[in-house]
Amino acid sequence: MSGLAAPAESGIRGTGPGNGGRGARSGRPGGGDRAAAAKRRLTSPWASAIAVAIGLVWSVPTFGLLVTSFRGSVKDIRTTGWWEALNPSNWGGFSLDHYRTVLSGSGTANLADYFINSIVMTLPAVIIPIFLALLAAYAFAWLDFKGSNILFVGIFALQVVPIQVAMVPLLTQYVNLGLNASFWVLWLSHAMFGLPLAIFLLHNFMKDIPRSLVEAARVDGAGHVTIFFRIILPLMVPAIASFAIFQFLWVWNDLLVALAFGGNTPDLAPITARLADMAGSLGAKWHLLSAGAFVSMIVPVAVFLGLQRYFVRGLLAGSVKG
Amino acid sequence: MKRSIGSSAIAIGLGLALAVSMAACGNNDKDKDNTGASKGGGDTKADCAAYEQYGDLSGKSISVYTTFVDVEGASYEESFKPFEECTGAEIKYEGSKSLTADVLGRIEAGAVADIVAFPQPGLLQQAVATGKVLEAPGAVATNVDQYWTASWRDYGSVDGKLYAAPLGASVKSLVWYSPDAFAQAGYSVPETWDDLLALTSQIVEDGVAKPWCAGIADGDATGWVATDWVEDMVLRSAGPEVYDQWVSHVIPFNDAKIVGSLTEMSKILRDDKNVNAGIGDIKSIAATSWTDAGTPILDGQCFLHRQASFYGGNFADEGASVAEGGDVWAFYLPSNDPSRKPILGGGDFVAAFADRPEVVAFQTFLSSPEWANAKAKVTEGGWTTANNGLEKGNLKSPVDQLAFGLLSDPSAEFRFDGSDLMPASVGSDAFWKQMTAYFAEGKSEQAVADAIEAAWPK
Repeated sequence: MSGLAAPAESGIRGTGPGNGGRGARSGRPGGGDRAAAAKRRLTSPWASAIAVAIGLVWSVPTFGLLVTSFRGSVKDIRTTGWWEALNPSNWGGFSLDHYRTVLSGSGTANLADYFINSIVMTLPAVIIPIFLALLAAYAFAWLDFKGSNILFVGIFALQVVPIQVAMVPLLTQYVNLGLNASFWVLWLSHAMFGLPLAIFLLHNFMKDIPRSLVEAARVDGAGHVTIFFRIILPLMVPAIASFAIFQFLWVWNDLLVALAFGGNTPDLAPITARLADMAGSLGAKWHLLSAGAFVSMIVPVAVFLGLQRYFVRGLLAGSVKG
Repeated sequence: MKRSIGSSAIAIGLGLALAVSMAACGNNDKDKDNTGASKGGGDTKADCAAYEQYGDLSGKSISVYTTFVDVEGASYEESFKPFEECTGAEIKYEGSKSLTADVLGRIEAGAVADIVAFPQPGLLQQAVATGKVLEAPGAVATNVDQYWTASWRDYGSVDGKLYAAPLGASVKSLVWYSPDAFAQAGYSVPETWDDLLALTSQIVEDGVAKPWCAGIADGDATGWVATDWVEDMVLRSAGPEVYDQWVSHVIPFNDAKIVGSLTEMSKILRDDKNVNAGIGDIKSIAATSWTDAGTPILDGQCFLHRQASFYGGNFADEGASVAEGGDVWAFYLPSNDPSRKPILGGGDFVAAFADRPEVVAFQTFLSSPEWANAKAKVTEGGWTTANNGLEKGNLKSPVDQLAFGLLSDPSAEFRFDGSDLMPASVGSDAFWKQMTAYFAEGKSEQAVADAIEAAWPK
């Protein structure tokens, strides 16, 4: 926890949102020099070489999966390693058959239907906790009320409660409320499980916004609503984006919550549930899994690439005072 | 902390109030869509005479929860169509491979489907222990008595009361082989266990390939294939009576008869001359996926592979024809006593959690020959039942017909897969792990049996 907050205070100023990537445009004299100095201090050729090596080793299994997804012959997949497909004499074995099977669907429904379920499940499950957590974080950061520290610790303590413990009681409540077997159970469950971390992260970013900024706004006659929307929210964009990525990836890749609360019906089940079923009841068609995995990976990868500049900035944010 | 719980409860309460009102609207829309779809979907008009007993169930819906997904699940949904068309009821089907893990939680939360197909009698017993499972209605009991043998009724009963009618079944006592390879080498299908051992040594002598291939790996369930082997051996070398005592722990797991059965199995699986054809040595049995273990038969690298009737689907996926004169076929794993014909198998049992008239009607339908025949007609392969009201010719796949023939043979003595009947700490834990160690680490038969006995809950 302190590890996340530490960089904000320890003065790596050159990489804060004010300068990172936009240092040249800041127009402040010395900004570029400081960034360069920080860069010198933080980089070393050895570290870079090791990072590249780890990155390569890390990517090998994924690359193998990618190669496998294009291998047409089931027998080859079963009997030889994926690297043998890279031998130019075997290039004729590549085909799009598995992707075709996965997308057109030989089973109950094809992957495309489940894609929509996943999107419908994920978007509110990301927006709801961010919305609630922003309000809660604002209250914790800028409103002085009795017991706010204890309450904050209490909320963060909820983070350690394992999901599995909450499942049966939560499901019982959903049944009593008549929400069972609707998207609401998925949205609410993911929102609940995501809220403690969301409040904690957003609060830490929000706390670092200079008090003078808020006080100046108040002197000018702004109320809480105006301060929240006009001052805080624009400054929070990188933090919101980085939490959104976390929550999006967690919800998109979730199987446990979806199966336990929503059930595995074509109306509700996300793409991960279909992926788990794709191999068939007895696992005979596991060769389809590599292609299915890459199809389901498209959206999270796109989201990550689209938001990654916020991601890096968001992790280092909080250094606005620099 | 107290304050935190209080305020979050209010927040959740407000959220839920909003949620309930919106969910209510959402559900209405969905119902309309679904009834529209099911009415439009019926293109073949079924003969509804047999369904008149269930009455008019228009507008009623029944939810079903099974372990069958993908193609298998689709064939179940398809088999419910005649019922839907003739009675007007709507079946909401849900299949999930995680049923065994989450069904008890759903029962506890009150979120369980009207009808659940339990894949193991042990799980059914646990469910019955919650007190939520309803006893089978009279019409179901009548069907079970009429169309199933007594041992099937026992597996669906707890403390003498029938809770669940059997649904599908599989036969595990099969040995797969290639009829072509047998014909070329001049081998014939063995009639007794001794014949099978003699055939094994004959193949070793001829030296074209090792006789047996085997594999027991299956992710976190690694070892179950080996437990099936052991169960088949206990049935054959010790007999079905000893098998029942062994499964219910009247005799200990390390009883001399059980160790003797393990030793009998080792004549095939723990001899480097016999295994593991086309794959590796004895240790490779533990590391080879069961889905891949039989395929060397198709390449002529292996002659024999013991696996259940549903394995025919794996051969079919490889493009092989599974039939008596085809690329690959199976024979009954024989015993030395010609007067007895023990069959090891598995199956599902349908229990109900509601007693609305439409649920009772559907439960009765599932235990009837009408459903068994409807299911057979829409299934490409990998399904059979012990319901003797099934017309054999309706099964499309020859190996399913073979399995059904064995199940409906009056002289056959059916026994359910023992590891599914034993307590979970043995049947899906110690038994699996010790059998894996038996192959991977070369543990002795006695040591394996002692270790499993030690794991039995006191």
